[in-house]
Amino acid sequence: MGIEDLSKEEILFILETTKSFREILDRPIKKVPTLRGRTVVNLFFEVSTRTRMSFELAEKRLNADVLNFSAANSSLAKGETLLDTVKNILAMKVDCFVLRHPVPGTPHLLARELPIPIINAGDGAHEHPTQALSDIYTIQERKKRIEGLKVAIIGDITHSRVARSNIWGLSKLGAEVRVCGPPTLIPPLIEEMGVEVFYLPEDALREVDIVMMLRIQKERQNEGFLPSISEYIEFFSLTEDRLRLAREDVLVMHPGPVNRGVELPARIADGKKSVILDQVVNGVAMRMAVLYLLLAKR
Amino acid sequence: MAKLMDKEEIRRALSRLSHQILEKDKEVRDLVIVGIQRRGVPLAERISGMIEKMEGKKPDTGILDITLYRDDLTQIAHQPIVRNTRIPFPIDNKRVVLVDDVLYTGRTVRAAIDVLIDFGRPRKIELAVLVDRGHRELPIRADFVGKNIPTSSEEMVEVKLEEVDGRDEVLLLKRD
Repeated sequence: MGIEDLSKEEILFILETTKSFREILDRPIKKVPTLRGRTVVNLFFEVSTRTRMSFELAEKRLNADVLNFSAANSSLAKGETLLDTVKNILAMKVDCFVLRHPVPGTPHLLARELPIPIINAGDGAHEHPTQALSDIYTIQERKKRIEGLKVAIIGDITHSRVARSNIWGLSKLGAEVRVCGPPTLIPPLIEEMGVEVFYLPEDALREVDIVMMLRIQKERQNEGFLPSISEYIEFFSLTEDRLRLAREDVLVMHPGPVNRGVELPARIADGKKSVILDQVVNGVAMRMAVLYLLLAKR
Repeated sequence: MAKLMDKEEIRRALSRLSHQILEKDKEVRDLVIVGIQRRGVPLAERISGMIEKMEGKKPDTGILDITLYRDDLTQIAHQPIVRNTRIPFPIDNKRVVLVDDVLYTGRTVRAAIDVLIDFGRPRKIELAVLVDRGHRELPIRADFVGKNIPTSSEEMVEVKLEEVDGRDEVLLLKRD
């Protein structure tokens, strides 16, 4: 459901399990028979290419059967309720739902009502646990630890489930988390999650080990959160100068898709400090680990 | 509880296994030793080391974990820990010798063979075990055996190794 409910030990266990699955992705035959005969349904009520593909690949590498359901071409357009739609699919004896939904708490609703495992692939702005777990795995792979690391998350924090899940996960593992963005895009009272708030990257980036950039949506300009995208770029884009304020061995991360030239200049996105592509492949391994832990045993 | 093998007996058995492996086919270039997690791993490393001492060349040595290939994942109560698999060299056309501590039902070895086949197509797969305790449930046999120990199903054979348990010994215990 979310990282908020996980203990530090559970997170460490999941990270450890992910290592074995990461190895499978380097083999000539990238498949293991573990979930043979199980059926996983990807229920995506929001547009998503990368997360859905990542889950689909993870499911297939575990030899599970995959069903993809996208809201647009569905009976929901005919007025069927969510629970009815889901119970109908469940009646066909599937084993797991991977759910992405714009309304927070929807996975929790399904988890209460259904007897099978539900994986939250993003519920509104609430949580995106598999993304955060895989980001933490990427950090741990490079830095060998999480405790004591300084992490700056920069961007539209208010609308970001990735930020929230990462804040939960990183704090539980002892990292020092800073959030940074325009005041209009930083939720009030976020300090209560244990983070330090900054309104300028120059302040947030001092001596950090990790920078996580979040995607800024152009719509925010029309919704009154920003005067203009160009002003956002002026103040918040991760330029070389700003990056230099961080530690020499800083890692640049982004959950994707990257708006080149907006939150990240192209040269930084493709540069040596960027681990964005690692995040992508580790995402598949992490999702395999989560599917294995939830589904392999009855 | 009875001690079936002590440190010296284990060392002699492994030495004999290493000799037998080479006696059957002396070509080290063609040989791959793969240890099955968990205790097959240090045993494989020891055998590889012994072969290196005898022939001056160490065979490629890998490790594999069978957890994801088990046939009983839905039945067991506990959540098994998935350990590392590392076979960072090609195994096509090689002679692979799998190494494990105890051969019992044969299901672990069946799973290990499936893991190997997903990595390539060995010319030959052979099995070396420290202890064969009988009670096969599949048509699987070992090519090289350290010690044959007939057991009843109420008994358990436990191998302890320096690298994992801090000491070398083979114990026979009653299941409780």
